[in-house]
Amino acid sequence: MEIEELYQEVILDHSRRPRNFGELPDAAVLVHGDNPACGDEIHLAVKFDPDGGLEDIKFTGHGCAISQASASLMTMKLKKKSREEVMGMLRAFHDLVTDETNDASKALGDLRVMQGVRKFPQRVKCAMLPWRAVEQALEQGAGEATVSTEPS
Amino acid sequence: MHKVAVGTVDWNARREDFPILHEQAHGHPLIYFDSAATSQKPRPVIEALRNFYEHDNANVHRGLHTLSSRATEAYEKARQRVAEYIGAASADEIIFTRGTTESINLVAQAWGGKFIREENVILLTGMEHHSNVVPWQLLAERIGARLRFVPVLDDGTLDLDQLPSLLTPEVKLFAFTHISNSLGTINPVAELCAKAHAVGALTLVDAAQSAGHMPIDVRELGCDFLAFSGHKMCGPTGIGVLYGRAEVLDSMPPWHGGGEMIVSVALEKSTFKKAPHRFEAGTPNIAGAIGLAAAIDYIEHIGRPAIFEHDSQLARYAAERIKELPGIRVFGPKEERGALVGFVMEAAHPHDLTTFADQYGLAMRGGHHCNQPLMRRFGVSGTTRASFYFYNMMEEIDRMIEILHAAARFFK
Ligand SMILES: Cc1ncc(COP(=O)(O)O)c(C=O)c1O
Repeated sequence: MEIEELYQEVILDHSRRPRNFGELPDAAVLVHGDNPACGDEIHLAVKFDPDGGLEDIKFTGHGCAISQASASLMTMKLKKKSREEVMGMLRAFHDLVTDETNDASKALGDLRVMQGVRKFPQRVKCAMLPWRAVEQALEQGAGEATVSTEPS
Repeated sequence: MHKVAVGTVDWNARREDFPILHEQAHGHPLIYFDSAATSQKPRPVIEALRNFYEHDNANVHRGLHTLSSRATEAYEKARQRVAEYIGAASADEIIFTRGTTESINLVAQAWGGKFIREENVILLTGMEHHSNVVPWQLLAERIGARLRFVPVLDDGTLDLDQLPSLLTPEVKLFAFTHISNSLGTINPVAELCAKAHAVGALTLVDAAQSAGHMPIDVRELGCDFLAFSGHKMCGPTGIGVLYGRAEVLDSMPPWHGGGEMIVSVALEKSTFKKAPHRFEAGTPNIAGAIGLAAAIDYIEHIGRPAIFEHDSQLARYAAERIKELPGIRVFGPKEERGALVGFVMEAAHPHDLTTFADQYGLAMRGGHHCNQPLMRRFGVSGTTRASFYFYNMMEEIDRMIEILHAAARFFK
């Protein structure tokens, strides 16, 4: 049954009790990510270490189980990672949820539970939303920014 | 088992007219509850399209050969058929468009561009589809005119007590939907038109959700414009209708320029045909118009009062049963409603719910339904919508309830 492949127990658990959910008062960047087609919203706050790696990362927002679980899993994975590691993971995660032939990269660890998304092309944007936000946060470096899955 | 008993229509036989309803989705029989987005097509409509392309296809109003006369005759007969279907005084009041959206844009550009001034107001409602909001925003921005909105009450009906303060003499047009595509609310069109006319405003009715579901007579309703789409009423995509009262259409300039709409063209200046051809530049959707006429024949053979009764029973039954589910909120009026039910389930986001349902063969729509201002009004980002047509059955609603219960357990 494909539905259990998409909504693995881990995903449902993270969507019900998202980790790293909340404000990050001394964040360097705040990115408002928006998936207008679905109404998913992710507000991602990031604090950098002196080398530009992710010292801390938290989010708030609301939306479907896929977007919220993806954000929760992502923040757990990316905390304390270097810039290069984050960018590598972003590419690997994108392949994971879009490429049918992709062998899930071991480096993704827990994130591999999101693999079921590849069978649901309409839900790829939901899974990618928090990753688009973190990409924007790295690019931006400081202040506030917005990012949308439907560029206008 | 609940049975819908309306007149003598054999609903099971009508269902058999729709080949697509034999499809499966993810190994389950298809339950198609997304007719508000687009309806399915019965065999006679599919055959009319095929017949046209196999026997009559040619361009209209151009050739002098046999096929061109046949195509022209069929196209203009379709216009006549549409006029009869909505009680228009003449086929000249029927303009073929791509659909509701294009019909409304036509009015905004051709009529609005000429008659709306900076000091004017266009009155809309808080439940309009984006296609009856955005064209007016574009117009208002260009001219500097203002928009006003009749608020929506908690029960999904319009706050008509506000009308006297909103419907003032600056209002030049009141454009509103007949049936809300998210709430199912059926608006009192004749009353609204009469009130608008009393202050000198014209009226546009968005009949996208009503044209295939209930009897419509533009002269009884008293509207100046009426817009609808063929694809929501058993017809093909890419064909729609704008009805405009003759006197109003005659006062309007063209909107698109090109072939078919001109009387003569000189290098510097052209003269234009009268309505409706003035508003149909270029080769029209000939097959689409013929398919729409076939859809109208098909619907009329069943009868719109019977269809309305059947669909209302389904919608009322669905609304009742959905309330059984845990943590559920149902939108729209309690009593009379069009053929749809919008709801949210606390445990599951609309997109998760529709993805889940699809795995069981149940096609619904989840999201904002091109009604973002309305969703905001009700404090939700979207809803799940089950929408019905006469080919749906009570048994399918029972099955939907089972699937929704399973979803509530799964996502809880
Ligand atoms: C109430 C209403 N108005 C307008 C539209 C737009 O129709 P179309 O997309 O066929 O132009 C729709 C359908 O989506 C609708 O439900």
